[in-house]
Amino acid sequence: MIDFGLSEEQEALQRAAREFLARECPPALVRETAKAPDGVPRALYAKMAELGWMGLVVPETDGGLGLSTLDLALVLEELGRAAAPGPFLPTQLVTHALLRAGSAVQRKAWLPRLVTGECFAALAYLEESDRHDPGGITLAARRARDGWRLGGTKLFVMGVPGAELLLVAARTGRSAVSLFLVEASAPGVRVRPAETIDLTRRVGEVHFRDVALERTALLGREGAGWPLLARLLDLGALGIAADSLGGATRALEMAVEYSKVRQQFGRPIGSFQALKHMAAEMVSEVEPSRSLVWHAAYAFDRRPREAARAAAMAKARLGDVYSRTVNRSVQMHGGIGFTWEHDLHLWFKRARWNEVAFGDPAYQRERLAAIDGY
Amino acid sequence: MDLTYTPDELAFEREVRTWLKRNVPRRQRDERPVEFGDPRRIAEAKAWQRKVHAAGYLALAWPREYGGQGADVMRQTIVNEEMVRARAPGLIGLLGISMVGPTLIQHGSEEQRRRHLPSILTAAEIWCQGYSEPGSGSDLASLRTRAELRGDEFVVNGQKVWTSNAQYADWMFCLVRTDPDAPKHAGISYLLIDMKTPGISVRPLVQMTGDAGFNEVFFEDVRVPRANLVGLLNAGWQVANATLAHERNMLGSTTRTQQTFQKLVRLARTQRRNGGPASKDPVVRQCLADLAIRVETMKLEAYRQLTDALRKRPPGISASVNKLVTTELNHDIARAALDVLGSYGPLHKRDPRVRDAGVWPTDFMYSLGLIIGGGTSQIQKNIIAERGLGMPREARGR
Repeated sequence: MIDFGLSEEQEALQRAAREFLARECPPALVRETAKAPDGVPRALYAKMAELGWMGLVVPETDGGLGLSTLDLALVLEELGRAAAPGPFLPTQLVTHALLRAGSAVQRKAWLPRLVTGECFAALAYLEESDRHDPGGITLAARRARDGWRLGGTKLFVMGVPGAELLLVAARTGRSAVSLFLVEASAPGVRVRPAETIDLTRRVGEVHFRDVALERTALLGREGAGWPLLARLLDLGALGIAADSLGGATRALEMAVEYSKVRQQFGRPIGSFQALKHMAAEMVSEVEPSRSLVWHAAYAFDRRPREAARAAAMAKARLGDVYSRTVNRSVQMHGGIGFTWEHDLHLWFKRARWNEVAFGDPAYQRERLAAIDGY
Repeated sequence: MDLTYTPDELAFEREVRTWLKRNVPRRQRDERPVEFGDPRRIAEAKAWQRKVHAAGYLALAWPREYGGQGADVMRQTIVNEEMVRARAPGLIGLLGISMVGPTLIQHGSEEQRRRHLPSILTAAEIWCQGYSEPGSGSDLASLRTRAELRGDEFVVNGQKVWTSNAQYADWMFCLVRTDPDAPKHAGISYLLIDMKTPGISVRPLVQMTGDAGFNEVFFEDVRVPRANLVGLLNAGWQVANATLAHERNMLGSTTRTQQTFQKLVRLARTQRRNGGPASKDPVVRQCLADLAIRVETMKLEAYRQLTDALRKRPPGISASVNKLVTTELNHDIARAALDVLGSYGPLHKRDPRVRDAGVWPTDFMYSLGLIIGGGTSQIQKNIIAERGLGMPREARGR
């Protein structure tokens, strides 16, 4: 029997998350956080941690809620709807990496702090080449007597500054990628916040100047980093797709609400077909794409071999749909939609970052074409 | 959430797959009979539907007493998916199965159900739809074909247009004006009309494709028994609205879309562009992947709507979204095929160098027709905006 719907618990989680964020994460907080040096709304994240969100998919034995990827996707959708700032998604990715490949010592050192929201994490994999494949990872990790030495630069690291723990993809041989857990405060690590159009998220570059790491910094086996990193990128793609779904839904709602109250020519502008059709086109793109996000999350939980394909589809589609939807929403708002004063630009800009994060739609489509063997 | 079949369903899936492997006629693979008027192909298509029905794979969710299987919609879904996989021909009685049948089950009299449902399933009687008129397209409720009740009979006068299949249909489900003085939605009735009744004349209209797939139908003092009225007198609009949702879901069904997309992928792998297979061209790959995602989206969306239906949740405006999205997707798939074909794209019908028997240029045109038929994309957008989003209605004339 095919049951492609949420459970009662999941619908309750979705409702609770929406109400919580409407109350605790209004646009005013998003704007205020944009001025904070590290971009982390501490009070909000403390409450999110209390709700268990930081450890949503962490097993109960490790202090988490032990929920599924689908549950995580529902929360991410609501965070996208609120354009919530802070390093939630990158922290989830590193948490996932620890769960899959972390040694007992590594888990014990980091999971409790990540789950309680005491610290945040980021995934550092992109470099100047902006490549999402193993070939893009050139930052070198050299063996030293008592561990490793890291040298190079990572770009476009989501959640930096703000993250205390970095998961760094490095080259440990001609065709070997390895992952390392590095503290952002370690000697030789320097973070430069990037200036971007997106007010809701922090992105930075991280310089590693001959950073000394202990042997225990290696996550998983030496040279076996790529398959795990690939999975993290898929999970990141799904996370961004869910965020985009929430943001697109919100942008659509804002446009429709505005069109019902804004009067021109003596009637609400929403009574004009030009705007109705724009809104209907938004609905016909946004609503069905919810299924893609659910399916990708389900694949992570139940059909891991299909997860990469499903995540690529969701990421490609939602990247396009979010950008188009919020663009139309700005147009339906007219002049006010173009102002700094109106909140819509928070989503408009976040959409642009979402489109490129973890591979843009064209990249994802080519990946799908390769998977399907065209 | 669970997308796995039960052991029972898996067994049923295997059974259907095996049956289709043995029974899908090679020559009729991917055939779409409703689009053509060729008598030989019509006969073959009827034979195919009879075979499917005899095997018990038709209208699975209909009650047993009317020739269905009384099965759950899951089984219907399994059959639909296996039909795609097996490249099975379409069903010639689709209009009856998807539109009239469900309408009669919902609104018809017991006598009407017993009279019509079995012959809908066996393709013994093919149906056509009498809705549009020369003056009533998108504004369907303004229709003027008049039916006057005289004793036990309606006398019908007027004209229908764009009537697909009327040239070989046995019956028509038809909207007629029974009260010219009432507000336009309140004076319409839903009639079942035997196409052999004296006074009916059918004149083929040649479509853009060159085929005469639709028609004008003229009524001159056509006598229709009162017993052929479906639902109450002057309540035909409500009955029709139920049918319209069925029609939108039929046109918005992704079964056919998936099948056509697979055909496009096969074409792209074999057709050569710039010295290699078209499917290796980066632009073509982008296009194929984009279409694959949109097809997958609507397939999953059908699962979601199926789940909502099983949970007894109202479908909202999903039929309009399905119709809007899927008909445009079908057109985009056909257009992509023409792009892949390059100079071979416009070759048609019997040209010796034509690819895939010329189906693509036909599809390219035909799929545009379906963006218009069944309520244009623009009408669907109005419905989505007004009923789905609650945007203010536009001022309308009477």
